[in-house]
Parts: sequence; structure tokens; C-alpha cells
Amino acid sequence: MEYKDYYKILGVDRGATKAAIKRAYQKLARKYHPDVSKEPDAEAHFKEVNEAYQVLKDPKSRQSYDQLGSGWQQGQEFHPPPGWHFEFSQEGFDPQQMDLGGFSDFFSSIFGARGSSGSYGSGYRESQLRGSDLHTRIQLNLEDAYGGTQRTLSLQTEHQASHGQSAPGVRQLSVHIPKGICEGQQIRLPKQGGVGIGGGPQGDLFLEVTFAPHPYFHAEGRNIYLDLPITPWEAALGARLKIPTLGGSVMITIPVGVKSGHKLRLKGRGLPGQTAGDQIVTLRIETPPASSPAATELYHQMAKTMPFNPRSF
Amino acid sequence: MSSNALIASGELLDDTLRLNLSDLRQRSAVQVEVIIEMVQIGVLEPQGQSPTEWLFNGHDLARLQRALRLQRELGINLPGLALCIELLEERDKLHARVRVLEQRG
Repeated sequence: MEYKDYYKILGVDRGATKAAIKRAYQKLARKYHPDVSKEPDAEAHFKEVNEAYQVLKDPKSRQSYDQLGSGWQQGQEFHPPPGWHFEFSQEGFDPQQMDLGGFSDFFSSIFGARGSSGSYGSGYRESQLRGSDLHTRIQLNLEDAYGGTQRTLSLQTEHQASHGQSAPGVRQLSVHIPKGICEGQQIRLPKQGGVGIGGGPQGDLFLEVTFAPHPYFHAEGRNIYLDLPITPWEAALGARLKIPTLGGSVMITIPVGVKSGHKLRLKGRGLPGQTAGDQIVTLRIETPPASSPAATELYHQMAKTMPFNPRSF
Repeated sequence: MSSNALIASGELLDDTLRLNLSDLRQRSAVQVEVIIEMVQIGVLEPQGQSPTEWLFNGHDLARLQRALRLQRELGINLPGLALCIELLEERDKLHARVRVLEQRG
């Protein structure tokens, strides 16, 4: 397993005061909190920062950690020294904090696996504790959101082993994604969250949906937006065009004499739901390049035969 | 490692999902008092006058959980929570908007 340099993770030196450690932690926790940060690896960072703080905020665990010596590098291959043993202090680790999910193997090797020390319950928590709710994001294609799909998630879990100990593992969970789900919506999966403590019930799992960027569509709520490039003569004379929707191609009519930015609404062609969304098509007139003498001549002729001032100033 | 052949079907937390106080309490695993506080500070805005008439929707559960996480993990106090959540939601909307505009180029 890899050595974790908790001081480096918090960006403090080994002699930092308790106050400095707390300050550094709070700053990083705000920065990487998954509800605040938009960075894709925010959750991993947040866990790491929490783990570091759990160890360094308690004088006893900090002292034990310091005993490993300062000769280690972050990420270096690590094995606990022979005969290593750590007793939790009276307060132990805060189970609420530990519920933030899966501390590293490195942490477990020094401070014992979650729940194995008997620190839960012996102090201020008497009996059962409901498992924590887990929250994770899944990215879907618009096509999957339109038609519904099925996803298999790999969840880091702790399952209840013998003697009330829990062991880390990976669990596969196949989840049905209903059709017409929108960006930001969540799916609650009862009893797929963290394992309860002392026989307490399992928490729930919450999946928050995000959409992967699409080459030509984008979604706002249930509405789907498409920018449609058209030629000046299509805009001027009208046209029948085949365009894509999430449900397949459809024919649309471009009215005579549209301007760039003109919007066409295709009712019910957006994401399905109690009230299905619409597809909104925004027309963009593209200018053909004057790339040949004939084309240039044609533009000159247009300028002559149909004088036109598009400006109001 | 175990693999689960069953396909889990969850509950979609959208605005068509209707939850009364007891449904919300059961799904969020917090005390009723906590929910009442969240209503008082404006994190949750149920329909109905009294707690027995309150009706929440799926978004409210997601909001409540976000509030609980921010409170627990960042130590944000109650008055700060409502502001924080409003700002985060506004920021998410603006982010989405920016993404769309950038995509258009």
C-alpha cells in the first residue's frame, strides 16, 4: 500500500499547530467539498483531506502517525512496522466523520479497520446506528436519458464481516435509469448505502444525474436545443429539411424569409415525462464563401439587384 | 466481491414525487425537529400551512440532504445554510448556461 503524507495533503509542515491544521483543513474541505466543487476528482480529494484531518487533529493519533518517522514520501510503498498497535483514544474517531466513506488502506493499517477497535458504541453511542447515505454522480448520454437505460455501478463498500468488523470491497450494482430523467435529478435507491453499525439499518444510495456533452444537442430541463445551420437561400425561400431529434430524424419546414436566430419549436420532441419537453431549433444562417470568381460575381450581382441594409444605425 | 444480478429500481426524486413530513423524515433519517428547522430557515418550502399538511417533493429531499452534508461536513450553521444552498443552486444554473454558450462558440 502507499504511504500517505497527511501533512503534505493538508499543506502544513510537520510542526504545525493544532490551529494551523484546523485552518488548513477547513479551507481545503470547503474547496473540495463535492457539493461545492465542480472538479471531477473533488470527492477523492475531499476524502483524503478528511482522512488527514481525522489523524492530525487528535494529539494521540497524530503522535502515533509521527512515530512512523518523517522519512517517508507521499505514495511510497508502505508496510506497518512489525508489532504495530494503535489504541483509539477515549473519544475515538467520530463515526459521523468516518461515515464520509472508505478511508484508505494506509489508514486502516495504522489505525485499524473501521469498527474493529470497538470504539463505536463504547462511548457516547450506545446502540444501533443507521448506515450513512451515499451520494454519487453518474454521467449519461442524452440518448440514454431519452430512452431510459441500465447502468452498472462499482461501489466501494464495507460489508459486515465476523465480529462486527467491516471489510472494504467493491460491489457491483445494476441500476435502472428511467426514461426522461433530467440533468441534476436524483434517484434514490433504498438500502444501497452504507452498512449500519450494531445491526442498524443500511443507508440509502442517491445517484445524481449529469449529462455528457453531446455533439449537437443540449438540454435545459426537458427541452432539447439544436442549432441548425442553413443557407441564405433556404432562409430566404423556405425549405423542407430532415433534422435529428433524440427520437430519430424528422422533416421540418423552414418558413419563407426567416432571420438568423429564428426558433422553431417541435412540440413533445424533447425528453419524455408527464409533460414531454420540446425540441427547440435555432436557425443559424451560414454565409457561403466567395471562393471562386463565379461566386464573387454572384455576390456582386446580389448587391446590385437587391440593395439591402441589415443595420438600423 | 459479489455481483448482483438484480437490477435495482430506485425512486426518482423529481417534482412529481409527493412526500409528507413522515415520508421525508423516513427517507432522510433525521429527526422531525431538523426538518422543521430547515423549513423555518427556508431551505425547504413545502406546500401547506401546518406540519401535518406539509407536502414536499423530490427536489426537497435532495436539497435537505445537501444541507445536511454541508452542515455536517463543513460546519455551516443554520442561517448560513439557506444562503449557501441558494448560491450553489444559482451557481449551478449559471454554470449550465455558460456551458451552453461556450458550446455555441
